[in-house]
Amino acid sequence: MTDKRIRYIEEGFFRVLMFFSTTGIVLTLLLILFSILMKGLPSLSWEMLSQTPKGGFYYGKEGGILNAIIGSLYLSLGSTILAFVIGLPVALFMNIHLIRYKRLVNAVRFFLDLLWGVPSIVYGAFGFSVMIYFGIKASLIAGIVTVTVFILPIMIRAIDEALKTVPRGLLESTLSLGATRSETSYRVYFRQSFSGIVTALLLSFGRAIGDAASVLFTTGYTDHIPTSLNQPTATLPLSIFFQLSSPIQEVQNRAYASAVVLTIIILIISLSVRYFEKRFHKHKIKF
Amino acid sequence: MAGIQVTRKLRSKLHGSWMIISFVMVMLVPVFLSIGLYLKSRPLFVDQGIFEVLFSSSWKPMAGKFGLLPFIVSSLWVTLMSLIIAIPVCLLTAIHLTQYAKRWVLRIMHPVIDILAGIPSVIFGVWGILVIVPFVANKLGPLLGKQTSGFTIISGGLVLAVMIIPFILNILIEVFRGLPDELSEAALSLGASKWQSIKYVLMRKAFPGIVSAIGLGLSRAFGETIAVLMVVGNVTRIPTGFFQPGYPLPALIANNYGEMLSIPRYDAALMFAAFVLFVIVTLFNFLSRLAIANIEKHS
Repeated sequence: MTDKRIRYIEEGFFRVLMFFSTTGIVLTLLLILFSILMKGLPSLSWEMLSQTPKGGFYYGKEGGILNAIIGSLYLSLGSTILAFVIGLPVALFMNIHLIRYKRLVNAVRFFLDLLWGVPSIVYGAFGFSVMIYFGIKASLIAGIVTVTVFILPIMIRAIDEALKTVPRGLLESTLSLGATRSETSYRVYFRQSFSGIVTALLLSFGRAIGDAASVLFTTGYTDHIPTSLNQPTATLPLSIFFQLSSPIQEVQNRAYASAVVLTIIILIISLSVRYFEKRFHKHKIKF
Repeated sequence: MAGIQVTRKLRSKLHGSWMIISFVMVMLVPVFLSIGLYLKSRPLFVDQGIFEVLFSSSWKPMAGKFGLLPFIVSSLWVTLMSLIIAIPVCLLTAIHLTQYAKRWVLRIMHPVIDILAGIPSVIFGVWGILVIVPFVANKLGPLLGKQTSGFTIISGGLVLAVMIIPFILNILIEVFRGLPDELSEAALSLGASKWQSIKYVLMRKAFPGIVSAIGLGLSRAFGETIAVLMVVGNVTRIPTGFFQPGYPLPALIANNYGEMLSIPRYDAALMFAAFVLFVIVTLFNFLSRLAIANIEKHS
């Protein structure tokens, strides 16, 4: 009897712990968002969003972080597009041309998952040493290339997961109707997994805009909005990082405000991912 | 008619070659990465010896001494700290969500996990400075009788734990979902309570999956840069306790890039740090992913 009671107490004890850890995770997320918004919102102003740093900006004088916002958008858009141009064919190749070689495809997936795990600082360091070797200065294009390499595995695997769900019967029937494999790729597979592909793009964009370690040495930092690919470019994560290391309170407050901007961008991306996962099933053929 | 046929074929050919070119490019990335890092760091262990670099604790770039031990040990401390916090939380939550919770709880938790996983590293760093560092300095430190500035291993570990929780949790949920229902049904029909069936049957069956999830979390934690760098203190000394500042490998690379070109061998030392990071992280990833692939094959 007592033995049984101990068991019930044990189960009850662990259920309480489970409840606390689950709510703990939700509360932590809320705490993160709440503390950033509370600290950053008071310093956020239209001036911060619409101006580049003026003289004395880093001593707390006027100016804004428009250079970092635009720079981050350029960088993330550029690398997302580049990664898409390379990643989509690779994912299609794996799911259409290599579909008969299941073990090979699984090995490639395994390999891409490994690449995904490589820390971004390693890509950054590697990119930087390649730049030194070829005598390239920190610039928008160097940053775009480094970030592209960094987000490629995520892009390919996310598109791959979407393509995986397309029934194989579709491939066989389109090929038997005389379509070439590239037509099958773009007219059938691409449309069938459109929502998944949009999700992949958004996920990669989110990774690209949020990462600081890979752009730290490759993109550089500047107060101006870049007008060509060869110029150094400011990015939001680095602008937060640099402003926060300043001893001046004014500048630190701006770092918190910049953190709000980045958080809101990321939240918008997260919400759009949810939206796209649910929508765009119109063309989908189910077997 | 024939013209259309030719363009169709040509388009297919062109597309096919671009596919193969992209494919080969992606496959070559890690090859270039490892060869490049190796060649760049080679000058260092040609004149110091690889063990000297790995296990010496004297880091004096100006004197040409590059011992990475303080940084490796710091990385281990921070990672260990984050795992101590993240593992129980993830296990309990994963069991709760897959065995006990109602469906609406899962519907809430999925976006929560996704949003948490998507928050950029630098935002976690800002949060760490805003919340965790003062908490450690003013509450946790005095509570345990320690005087600290808050920029310590334990702060780094706490921030890291929150960062890797969504990552480990996602895999654990998959692991527990992948277990066959018959297992717990058989245990329940033999008179076991729900908790007993989880404790003695499911946990045992899920054990390899749990270990691999932890391995993946570990490698994620090991390579994390900016967030840890912002809260961990960055003092070059081998830490001996959780309430001391540390200086993990990624932070070393990130902090010293500016000056690396002016001191001889400095760039080689930092490249070697990146190489060590790459090898350790990839090794842990490899083993964990291999274990997960094996589990999937058998179920």
